[in-house]
Amino acid sequence: MDLKEKLLSSYLVFEDHVDIDTYVHNLRNDAIKIFEDKGFPTKKEEAWKYTSLNKILKEDYSVFPKQENAIEYNDVKKYFIHDIDSYKIVFIDGKYSSHLSQTTHDGMDICLMSAALTKPKYRLIIENYFNKAATKDSLPSLNTAFSSEGAYIHIPKNKMVEKPIQIIHFSTGNESALMLQPRNLIVVDENSHVQIIERHQSLTNSPVLTNSVTEIFTNKRAIVDYYKIQNDSLNASLIDNTFIKQKQESVASVHTFAFGGNLVRNNLNFYQHGERIDSTLKGVTIIGDKQHVDHNTLVHHIEPNCESHQDYKGIFGENSTGVFNGKIIVEKEAQKTNAFQANNNILISDKATINTKPQLEIFADDVKCSHGCTIGQLDESALFYMQSRGIPKKEAKALLMYAFSNNVLSSVKIPEMKQRITKIIANKLGVNLGFDL
Amino acid sequence: MSKYTEDDLREELKTKEYEYGFYTDIKSDTFPIGLNEDIVRAISKKKEEPQWMTDWRLESFKAWKEMTEPEWANVKYEKPDFQAISYYSAPNSKPKYDSIDEVDPELLATFEKLGISLDEQKKLAGVAMDVVIDSVSVATTFKKTLGEKGIIFCSISEAIKEHPELVKKYIGTVVPQKDNFYAALNSAVFSDGSFCYIPKGVRCPMELSTYFRINQAGTGQFERTLVIADEGSYVSYLEGCTAPSRDENQLHAAVVELIALDDAEIKYSTVQNWYPGNAEGKGGVYNFVTKRGLCEKNAKISWTQVETGSAVTWKYPSCILKGDNSVGEFYSIAVTNNYQQADTGTKMIHLGKNTRSTIISKGISAGKSQNSYRGLVQINSRAENARNFSQCDSLLMGNECGAHTFPYIEAKNNSAKIEHEATTSKIGEDQIFYCNQRGIDTEKAIALIVNGFSKEVLNKLPMEFAVEAQKLLEISLEGSVG
Repeated sequence: MDLKEKLLSSYLVFEDHVDIDTYVHNLRNDAIKIFEDKGFPTKKEEAWKYTSLNKILKEDYSVFPKQENAIEYNDVKKYFIHDIDSYKIVFIDGKYSSHLSQTTHDGMDICLMSAALTKPKYRLIIENYFNKAATKDSLPSLNTAFSSEGAYIHIPKNKMVEKPIQIIHFSTGNESALMLQPRNLIVVDENSHVQIIERHQSLTNSPVLTNSVTEIFTNKRAIVDYYKIQNDSLNASLIDNTFIKQKQESVASVHTFAFGGNLVRNNLNFYQHGERIDSTLKGVTIIGDKQHVDHNTLVHHIEPNCESHQDYKGIFGENSTGVFNGKIIVEKEAQKTNAFQANNNILISDKATINTKPQLEIFADDVKCSHGCTIGQLDESALFYMQSRGIPKKEAKALLMYAFSNNVLSSVKIPEMKQRITKIIANKLGVNLGFDL
Repeated sequence: MSKYTEDDLREELKTKEYEYGFYTDIKSDTFPIGLNEDIVRAISKKKEEPQWMTDWRLESFKAWKEMTEPEWANVKYEKPDFQAISYYSAPNSKPKYDSIDEVDPELLATFEKLGISLDEQKKLAGVAMDVVIDSVSVATTFKKTLGEKGIIFCSISEAIKEHPELVKKYIGTVVPQKDNFYAALNSAVFSDGSFCYIPKGVRCPMELSTYFRINQAGTGQFERTLVIADEGSYVSYLEGCTAPSRDENQLHAAVVELIALDDAEIKYSTVQNWYPGNAEGKGGVYNFVTKRGLCEKNAKISWTQVETGSAVTWKYPSCILKGDNSVGEFYSIAVTNNYQQADTGTKMIHLGKNTRSTIISKGISAGKSQNSYRGLVQINSRAENARNFSQCDSLLMGNECGAHTFPYIEAKNNSAKIEHEATTSKIGEDQIFYCNQRGIDTEKAIALIVNGFSKEVLNKLPMEFAVEAQKLLEISLEGSVG
């Protein structure tokens, strides 16, 4: 039985045992129909031209984990940004782990999607926001159909959340192959500020497929910093669908650090509903082996006087494949838009491939839009210079690559996080840079 | 040629709608509408073609029947009904003329209106023209001069008869019959076109030129051009197109194949101003063209195009850089106004070592038009040290038009160096203010700025064409200033 059929029949079981709330129930039913019609995307679709899911869909994933698994904090401490105080929402094999988590209801809600979907006091928020930003594409719809667990974060007006929130999904490998579909909803009201770190980590080599959907709503003048750390094991695949709907004068940034995983697909979509909005999309990708990382971004400029900044750097080694597909749409009304997009890539192996497709679709005339994209190598003369000063070639190369990705790192606002990323990069490049930034 | 000044342009703009929108009353020999095997056979027979060519056409026709029209381009239009088109239309006044004087005077008048009277053209810089009206070559000039050098420049139907070995060897090698829907259609029904062969080591002494016009209502124009530059040769080839005003959409599906053998260079320039439809978006030509060139070792192919016409343009002149050290270039200006739609760009396929390509594309959209750049740069895994530079700039005039860029970049070799940049902007108010301040009115200022914007590409055109192109550019932006 292929995965699609399995999911469709699992849905019937799933619908039986989740609480029947008619509002969400209807959404789920509609969503599963969309998925049934469209199925998994294939390479024939323009948005999936360079990424094939065929291989990872062949695994016999279990859709519902059979047992609850516990893990010790000390075993997984290294996956947290543990040297700072933070709120934590931790899931093990898709189930909430209360002893690893630290949530709150004190003046704001940093808790669980399962609670938000079932408790009446969240009903208004769910009706106003849930599934309002996600597209009706097949994979987000599949997630909607099975949405039951994930992070729910609601920050009310004028609130500065003093510590970052970490959302971590562990998979233990107790099931032979596991499919996870976390669903996150983040609503940030006027003038509030929040920082969120998201990570998916599998603890063994069992295949995992995560199809995650995150919806983020930033109301007037809200500020959201979102960091995604993707440094998973080589059997874990991730399809991340993130939708950000911004209101006027809000500022949202998403940094994606893609270092691990078998196949990673990031669908990152920004919708600007208001004036003077600022959106930032940045990413560093450093991969090797047979890894495949696909960044698919969309910035939709709908109203005037907004800005967007995109900067994606990629370093591709061994047999890896990188894809960048960035789209900027500027609507007719969105005059005075400034939209920038850069995608720079270094190929360090002759078997690595990079496919990049930066797109602009512009309907307004008074705009400044540009995109740039380069594919190249490390600068030989810079390498030579460093070697002539006694820096071994390996370190010199690492330094250059580090410098190459530093543009993206420099805008990370949590210092401990920046350090952590620096270490991961050094580790990836197989050197000790000997300094932290 | 006297200098064409801004004032002349203003005068012209006042009076002009579509300058070339007239219809020449020449008795045409037109086939019944529709397409089937018999029509394909009939075309072939009419052209007195050998059996292999007929078979080749039929093979293409079979392939075409299996294919569906492509949908991926960023254009919207009413699909042409392929059974409602007459696939052959030839001016009746055959047979061939030995000299210009014998040509139907009405035909000559047509050219005169186009501003390309043969006499003038002959004098002007020694251009040899293979003039094509509704698919049949009616006049070929300077053939003798070219013949002395061993250069073959004739219509493709003549080439099929007289140089079958060359045609047989090269036709369909760069654009295979089954390449795409319109290429297959063209392969089945092409009525005429130009053929050019430059022998080894010969530098073609003059610019070769063809002029296409779609004349008869309801006829599709299916041109087939084949240019072969043998080892170490050089040729510069010019192509210009116009079509009279017609309300139904006319289909133009041409195929151009360029073959540059070792050390050869081909420069192919196009000025296209098919009828773009009127200001309400009614009528106009569908321009679905497949153009591709193949570069062997150290060869160079350079495409230059100025696209101002057609209701819908769908065109990607491409280079296959097969040989080591080969070079591909693409320079393009695409102007869309009113309801025009253009989806144009290039493909650079790097197969050989040390191959280089340059892409400069300038899109100007005005009115309610949509202008897209779609390009592919592909570096194959064996293409060591490949180098590409692409630049796509778009200029928007008015807030009802759109500019789009869809560049595809695929690199499979780690020694590749690729740069791509694109910008979209409008004409700066400060730029116009500066011009106004110096006594240049807004309309002229815009013409000036647009010209500057396109300079990089205009400079690549041969002189006579550059003048015409500049003029066209300004005419097509008429009324978009505001």
